[in-house]
Amino acid sequence: MKDAFVNSIYFGIVLSLAAYALGVWLKKKTKTDFVNPLLVAIIVTIGVLLLFDIDYASFNEGGKYISYLLTPATVCLAIPMYKQLQLLKAYRKAVVFGLLAGVLASLISVLGLSVLFGLTHRQYVTLLPKSITTAIGLGVSEELGGLPAITVAVILITGLLGNVTAQGFCRLVRIKDPVAVGLAIGTSSHALGTAKALEIGEVQGAMSSLAIVAAGLLTAVGASMFAMLW
Amino acid sequence: MKYLFQAAVIMAVTLAGELMHIIIPLPIPAGIYGLIIMLACLKLRVIRLEHVEETGAFLLEIMPVLFIPAAVGLITAWGELQAMLVPLVVIAVVTTYIVVAATGWTAQLAMKKGKRDGK
Repeated sequence: MKDAFVNSIYFGIVLSLAAYALGVWLKKKTKTDFVNPLLVAIIVTIGVLLLFDIDYASFNEGGKYISYLLTPATVCLAIPMYKQLQLLKAYRKAVVFGLLAGVLASLISVLGLSVLFGLTHRQYVTLLPKSITTAIGLGVSEELGGLPAITVAVILITGLLGNVTAQGFCRLVRIKDPVAVGLAIGTSSHALGTAKALEIGEVQGAMSSLAIVAAGLLTAVGASMFAMLW
Repeated sequence: MKYLFQAAVIMAVTLAGELMHIIIPLPIPAGIYGLIIMLACLKLRVIRLEHVEETGAFLLEIMPVLFIPAAVGLITAWGELQAMLVPLVVIAVVTTYIVVAATGWTAQLAMKKGKRDGK
């Protein structure tokens, strides 16, 4: 009975959707920044698999159909990016230099710390896309031979950290210009940070949204070169 | 029919991205090529917003759900995670603030310079 249940491809699909719905509900109920629907969904799904002793392969029989949609969804990131192209033009210098500095800083600091900790190549490329949006970071990690599941986890940690602390940190290091604040939050902590930037103000939110995709693209290209360095 | 048409457009661009991924020998995911093709087509008005907007919005809205199966893969990567847990946490925290500072300071400098040049 249990086998028939978990071997159905719909088992993995229903479990993922239900776990995420629970996360959305919890977020609404608690109104806490740290309660992220995706984080809740991951913990609940792993919990259910462990509790009922279901192996990942049977879960992923259905789960893989959800993953298939990730590539077309990534393609659709072009739509908000297209709507923000005007903004890119209006603040061209700040956007171009800010993003380049941020992406390079991310790649160089991950490289430096990976060397310092003596990480393996596989561990290093797993962490390289840590600051960018999961859709792009996951693909980058896969392409470079990293561990995609761990990449998703580190991207989530980065995003939550940015969401909760980036605004205070900007104040601490005297980043005050709204355009600069938005770019800094979006480049460092992708969509999760952007959720906070949208609360701070319209300019901050728009710049942060623009930075998600732009930094993701730059990092995808940069990471393919940085992967050869360690 | 609108959604079906929009899905067809999005899937066609995705397919083009997959083809580029096969042809170009770089470790860049297919979705990135697709994203760039989509952006270029929108810019050149080959594809207009109304050809992709609603279905695109749906895919973007459900995006976090699409990460769940990959992330649940942690269950099979437990050992690897434990082996790198401390460096992972340190790198996640430290680099986040380095990126905030590098991006923010540079952008702020460019804004100030831009204003001065404008005057």
